Amino acid sequence: MSRRWLKANALLTPTGLWLGIFLIAPLAIVVQFSFATRDTGVARAVLPWTTQAYLTALDPAFLPIFGRTLVYAVATTVACLLLGFPLAWFIARHGGRYRTALLAAVLIPFWSSYLARIYAWKALLDGEGLVNTVLGWVGLDRDGGFLLTHGAVILGLTYGFLPFMVLPLYVACERFDFRLVEASYDLGHGRTSTFFRVVLPGVFTGVLAGSLLVLVPAAGDFVTPKLLGGVDQSTFGSVIDDQFRGGNNWPLGSAMAVLLLVLVVLVLILRGRRGEDVL
Amino acid sequence: MNRRPRALGAVTALVFVFLYAPIAWLAIASFNSSRSLSRISGLSTQWYAALADDTRVLDSLRLTLQLALASAAISTVIGTLAAFGLRRAFSGRGLWTVLLSLPLVVPEVVMGVAMLGFFVKIAGIPLGFGALLFAHVAFSLSFVVVVVRSRVSGMDVRLEEAAADLGASPFVAFRTVTLPLVAPAVVAGAAFAFLLSFDDVVISSYLTGVGSTTLPVFVYAQASKRGISPEIVALSTSMVTATAVLLIIGVVIASWRARKAGSVAQLA
Repeated sequence: MSRRWLKANALLTPTGLWLGIFLIAPLAIVVQFSFATRDTGVARAVLPWTTQAYLTALDPAFLPIFGRTLVYAVATTVACLLLGFPLAWFIARHGGRYRTALLAAVLIPFWSSYLARIYAWKALLDGEGLVNTVLGWVGLDRDGGFLLTHGAVILGLTYGFLPFMVLPLYVACERFDFRLVEASYDLGHGRTSTFFRVVLPGVFTGVLAGSLLVLVPAAGDFVTPKLLGGVDQSTFGSVIDDQFRGGNNWPLGSAMAVLLLVLVVLVLILRGRRGEDVL
Repeated sequence: MNRRPRALGAVTALVFVFLYAPIAWLAIASFNSSRSLSRISGLSTQWYAALADDTRVLDSLRLTLQLALASAAISTVIGTLAAFGLRRAFSGRGLWTVLLSLPLVVPEVVMGVAMLGFFVKIAGIPLGFGALLFAHVAFSLSFVVVVVRSRVSGMDVRLEEAAADLGASPFVAFRTVTLPLVAPAVVAGAAFAFLLSFDDVVISSYLTGVGSTTLPVFVYAQASKRGISPEIVALSTSMVTATAVLLIIGVVIASWRARKAGSVAQLA
């Protein structure tokens, strides 16, 4: 045990204790609940141990819900990348002395209530809303507006998670040596080739970290789909929520939560050590 | 050669339009004379007046502010310590990094139900302010660590070594050299933690007790029954405006101080 090891661990201990007690222990309890038997009384989950909850969770009836959740999460991640990358790159490279101010400007809208923003989108996407009206001028309007569509849900999720993509991307872009781009042009590479062979590898840790911060949390979100989605908007998250909020079935809800946790662990393993310094 | 990034600039501008469209709409709708959020029928400041009289909203706003301040204070202190702990390589750092990235990637609904089950059934912690505080620090901590760590790891160790060589004690070196260098990141981390706590709906909705409803939970419960109330729209507009004003003042002061300090600031 070197002094350095002791010092580092001493500094990390308060955080470790807090996370251990208030995050890891609760997650461990969820694993335990997932193997318990459902109890409709106050006990919620009781012995004997069983794998019934997992059999129910993996029932084909839930497949469409899993599929929809996955589509929402992946589409949100891709949309956040497509919007976030140009933004982060522009601020890092061309922001000059306004960089911090521009980055702050990205975050200001998030100081309003999340629900208020979602309801604002609801109003904007409504049949009589601004978006449909403007699109109507060029004949692209849609009867009844864009509310209650999958597109509306993905738009809402993208809006909500965009900052979590922009921040790590910005960090990566800021560290990127922009002279490499000029060098690549000088060596005869075109724009596309430069992007894929120089820029993307250079900021890849940021892309990875941002995607990680968006993908799994988006898969768990249920408030946005509930408010912007159509009749059949249940997602993985909302099914878990139903099992707990109504006190319906804690073991089933726990089993589904564990399945999401498995997804988290898989993504973390896939990431490996890459991007560890960004996240 | 410096090409003018027209296409990039255009995309960036569009993203800003996307980011600000709902906010702008909220600001307009907050002055609407009818309750509707989608159709503007006339100008009025009645919702701001109604907000000032709505004790239920103001009470839960006060509770939410207290919670967010307490959570941000705790997360900032222990998170900053952790960021310094991760500064140099040591065996086990990878494991700490995995632990610290969990709150960033575990979906809120999973954390919420896990904490509910643990607090109620195992730990016997009553739902309410305490439970909310424990939970909020747990999910904000890692954001503080990430923000502060990025600054700490980019810092030049030689500056502190120089201070030591010039006879500064470790405490003096920390206070006069290290702390000023990381201060902006610590402030950013604190703001991040405050914001996460202040706007949390999902986790809080599992942990609020009787008489301890946070504002977002109150709004969510109310909105799912009758849609969002115009007072909340007015409140959101006021908050964004206040933040924007504070931020502009901050930027102006920072650039004024940077100009005054001249090239010394460049060292940082």
